[in-house]
Amino acid sequence: MAGVLGTSIKRREDPALITGRGKYTDDLLVEGMAHAAIVRSPYAHARIRGIDTSAAKTYPGVVAVLTARDVAAAGIPGMVPVGWLLPDLKTPAHPMIAADTVRHVGDAVAVVVAEDRYVARDAAERVAVDYEPLDAVADVVAALEDGAPAVHDDAPGNVAFDWEIGEKDPVDAAFAQAAHTVELDLRNNRLIPHAIEPRAALASYDSSTGVMTIHMTSQNPHVHRLLMTLASLGMPEHKVRIVAPEVGGGFGSKIHHYADEAIVGLCSLKLDRPVKWTATRTETNLTDAHGRDHSTHCAMAFDGDGRITGLRVDTKAAMGAYLSTFAPAVPTYLYGTLMSGQYDIPAIHCHVTGVFTHTAPVDAYRGAGRPEATFVVERLMHLAGEATGLGPIEVRKRNFVPADAFPYQTQVALAYDSGNYGPAMDRALEMIGYDDLCREQASRRGNGNGNGRRQMGIGFSSYIEACGLAPSAVVGSLGAQAGQWESADVRVHPTGSVTVYTGSSSHGQGHETTFSQIVADRLGVAPEAVEVIHGDTDLVQFGMGTYGSRSAAVGGSAIAGSVDKIIEKGKKIAAHLLEAAAEDLEYEDGSFRVAGSPDRALGLGDVALQAYLAHNYPDDLEPGLSATTFYDPANFTYPFGTHVCVVEVDTETGSIELLRYAAVDDVGNVINPMIVDGQLHGGLAQGIGQALWENAVYDDSGQLVSGSLMDYALPKIHNLIPFELDRTTTPCPHNPLGVKGVGEAGAIASPPAVVNAVVDALKPFGVTHIDMPLTPEKVWRAVNAD
Amino acid sequence: MYPAQFDYRRAGSVDEALGLLQEHEDAKLMAGGHSLIPMMKLRLAQPPVVIDIGRLDELKGISEAGGGVRVGALTTHADIAASDILAASCPVLAEAAGHIGDAQVRNRGTIGGNIAHADPGSDLPPVLVLLGASVHLQSPSGARSVAAADFFQDLLMTDVGEDEILTHVDVPARNAGAGAAYLKFEHPASGYAVVGAAASVTVQHGRCTAAGLVVGGVGAVPTAVDVSSLIGADLSDDAIATAASGLDTEDPLGDIFASGDYRVHVGKVYGKRALAAARDRA
Ligand SMILES: Cc1cc2nc3c(=O)[nH]c(=O)nc-3n(C[C@H](O)[C@H](O)[C@H](O)COP(=O)(O)OP(=O)(O)OC[C@H]3O[C@@H](n4cnc5c(N)ncnc54)[C@H](O)[C@@H]3O)c2cc1C
Repeated sequence: MAGVLGTSIKRREDPALITGRGKYTDDLLVEGMAHAAIVRSPYAHARIRGIDTSAAKTYPGVVAVLTARDVAAAGIPGMVPVGWLLPDLKTPAHPMIAADTVRHVGDAVAVVVAEDRYVARDAAERVAVDYEPLDAVADVVAALEDGAPAVHDDAPGNVAFDWEIGEKDPVDAAFAQAAHTVELDLRNNRLIPHAIEPRAALASYDSSTGVMTIHMTSQNPHVHRLLMTLASLGMPEHKVRIVAPEVGGGFGSKIHHYADEAIVGLCSLKLDRPVKWTATRTETNLTDAHGRDHSTHCAMAFDGDGRITGLRVDTKAAMGAYLSTFAPAVPTYLYGTLMSGQYDIPAIHCHVTGVFTHTAPVDAYRGAGRPEATFVVERLMHLAGEATGLGPIEVRKRNFVPADAFPYQTQVALAYDSGNYGPAMDRALEMIGYDDLCREQASRRGNGNGNGRRQMGIGFSSYIEACGLAPSAVVGSLGAQAGQWESADVRVHPTGSVTVYTGSSSHGQGHETTFSQIVADRLGVAPEAVEVIHGDTDLVQFGMGTYGSRSAAVGGSAIAGSVDKIIEKGKKIAAHLLEAAAEDLEYEDGSFRVAGSPDRALGLGDVALQAYLAHNYPDDLEPGLSATTFYDPANFTYPFGTHVCVVEVDTETGSIELLRYAAVDDVGNVINPMIVDGQLHGGLAQGIGQALWENAVYDDSGQLVSGSLMDYALPKIHNLIPFELDRTTTPCPHNPLGVKGVGEAGAIASPPAVVNAVVDALKPFGVTHIDMPLTPEKVWRAVNAD
Repeated sequence: MYPAQFDYRRAGSVDEALGLLQEHEDAKLMAGGHSLIPMMKLRLAQPPVVIDIGRLDELKGISEAGGGVRVGALTTHADIAASDILAASCPVLAEAAGHIGDAQVRNRGTIGGNIAHADPGSDLPPVLVLLGASVHLQSPSGARSVAAADFFQDLLMTDVGEDEILTHVDVPARNAGAGAAYLKFEHPASGYAVVGAAASVTVQHGRCTAAGLVVGGVGAVPTAVDVSSLIGADLSDDAIATAASGLDTEDPLGDIFASGDYRVHVGKVYGKRALAAARDRA
């Protein structure tokens, strides 16, 4: 249907969700269902001397209490695997249930199954675990020091991996000859994902068929099935069905395969009855894979004209107690490879040490590596504006990869397919009214009394994103244990309506709406005539899921591919019926037409019906009108943009107020502007949250101090301001839709924009850096530091 | 989150509630439940019996009494924030109640529960101390009242006895020419006050005749600041700043968001700003 692509049609998902009719995992009730409560370590590091389950087992209403012994007795692999291998990666065992040692607060030591969830909790408190507490280390820097407590005996020095990209010697040479250099020591703060819906699983094993069905909070059911069967439960894949019903957000945290869902599976297997577990908020905070947690030294070198000549980055990246599913990829191939940003940098070297700590694992969280890289590059560019005297705009423009230099090969593996960076920045400057802001800032700076207390700052972030990790052969050569394509099965029914089966399993993004728009546009049907099915391994052939801003670019392209195949086949059928040559047929607005004879036409429904009747049909054609595509992209896609943040800082208290936030993003062709804006709003809230409020803090003994929402500050609506959004459009040249991706852009771009703005406001006080989150106390101390 | 097992009893009258308290050891009264239930869900509180007093109408409402205002213990923050009586005679209490949590919290939470719970980040305690309010308590052996300044004893500790129910709070009439203000430095996660400064200034015939400043959040209980230097003074910004800088707490509270030193600093700044706002309203 013409005009449906690029239109803000309303999300078809919303009526059910906003009237409370969406069915999430915890809403599902199954006959005979029991409830699990997982007993977790209160210590960051301890030896388990013994577990006495007798009081729990005899507690009224308890069905069973299982420990590591039961995992062993079940004869299953019982492990939680890592899905991305780097050279020389240390892969210490991660048992589903800790057998002799716990390695972070929240590590599972036992599970209680009871007739109701209250009883399960009560009984869980009666499992007596005899712990011998051991020294722990929670900090990524401290974990590398001599004599630090070892997280794993088979990972000496707590080093999980030592990785580098780029060439060191040219960088050293660039620094030796530099006219200007800037450098920074920074911490990228640890974040807790906080999907609104906590993780949950309902496992139903049926011994009469040998089939296990697990409904769970998953961003990628097929990946979960693979890891669950291979490493944890040891069941054959065809006997396991994973279903993701409504999933209330994930931000990456529901990509990973955790111990908990496997434990629930084991309970059901052993008891031959359905078992449900829903994490409490406290449990998700202790066990969901966290994000970020880097300690970084970085420096940039410039020639006399302010052109970048070299970039040097050395990062210690926390892995937590165990390697989570994609953890090793995040601070390496999703981080080091992004170090060129929007700039033409002739020499880059990035060294990363992956570090075990006695904390929750760290893995992909909205942006995954790319926010950390963007923070490094854009903080350095801010400092460079000062050091070179060019200011934040000119120093960036002078170094942008020129529009005529694409495709552009960076020094860190990625080849940017397309881009046009100047116009996005110009538009952002225009929107924000940069010159007026500078005048306002100058007047506040000049004013020593009264108003001088409230300083104003303007911060920029010109970011690059790489979405839709691809192609499979390349990511495989980099260590991925999975492909990075996506599948789509598009079926046209005999009446001409359409069902799409996609491997991109949505967890709130609105795939059902946008994917229906893709089909509607390409096939010339109404969006309402398209049903989109996802999130069930029994219904969808195979799929890689939703993460890394990949669904439109990879999942959408797979759908487009199937639609194209259907049109091709439909032309053959129509040609037969219209007694024309297939080459002479055109497809437009839902009709097959003979070129030049507009009255010789057949609608999609007519052709579809004939395809299923196959009475009057080409001899060499199979009946039916459906097509499957496994789309493996040729490259990543590279969205980009410039964001500008304006803040006011109360220098007396250190409080920060957001005044303006303008973002110009280029995400390629846009399918649904409202959904794109929504993704940006959410991403911006998360990125601003990281910059100003959010912080996962462990104390020296490895206790999570910010384990509840009373201490962990998520952004709330009254903390934020209306965002001013606009776009430029540079279509992706290598996928059929020209789309790039938008899921993470806001979270990637915004932290440095905010921090740069605050540092800019505090320039009169000589402040050059404050680590995130910029709490009032930190800002106040920076203002008052000698 | 799942609390431990407990019994639930609903009281139909204050007397019945007092009887139930006698009957059940370690029982807890529940008003709005907005402090008690979170503690129970975290299993930090595991009372065997919860006595619901939420429907005791006799403890609800705002009325003029003895020249001042009487606020029933079960009056919600929302009702306090919207009260015409308070708007006329004690707007600073309404102002502070309007800063509490969000709409749901204000619709459930009560003044009695708020001060009986005595969280150091609560908004109402410093205001009640500033206003010289009295807290009224009832037990089987009779009724008594205690000055708000003496009511708060330590972190989460008050003068409410095990067998007592807080029935109401009396706020004295305000002076003619008095202005008061409550300023809150909000915790970004909990929404409670990191620092809450309640100040009042009375100006008669162009002269300051009375001034008060009480700061919450800095110490375990509301901290009164001696601002008597303002009496008779010109109430200039400088004089106010000097007076507010007298804030002193031996052992200030601190957490990962705000250290003790910083809280004291913010207490002084907010104290100064609250005094200035009170002056402007006087
Ligand atoms: C999300 C959230 C945000 C909040 N934000 C703020 C905030 O910004 N500022 C703020 O000040 N508060 C805040 N609160 C607390 C809120 O004000 C509570 O309502 C208040 O602290 C307790 O009142 P309640 O009626 O709910 O008491 P309950 O929870 O029912 O009781 C609290 C305690 O007081 C006792 N108690 C209650 N009534 C009586 C009585 N009449 N006599 C004797 N003992 C009694 C109970 O036994 C219990 O120990 C917040 C609470 C929540 C849940």
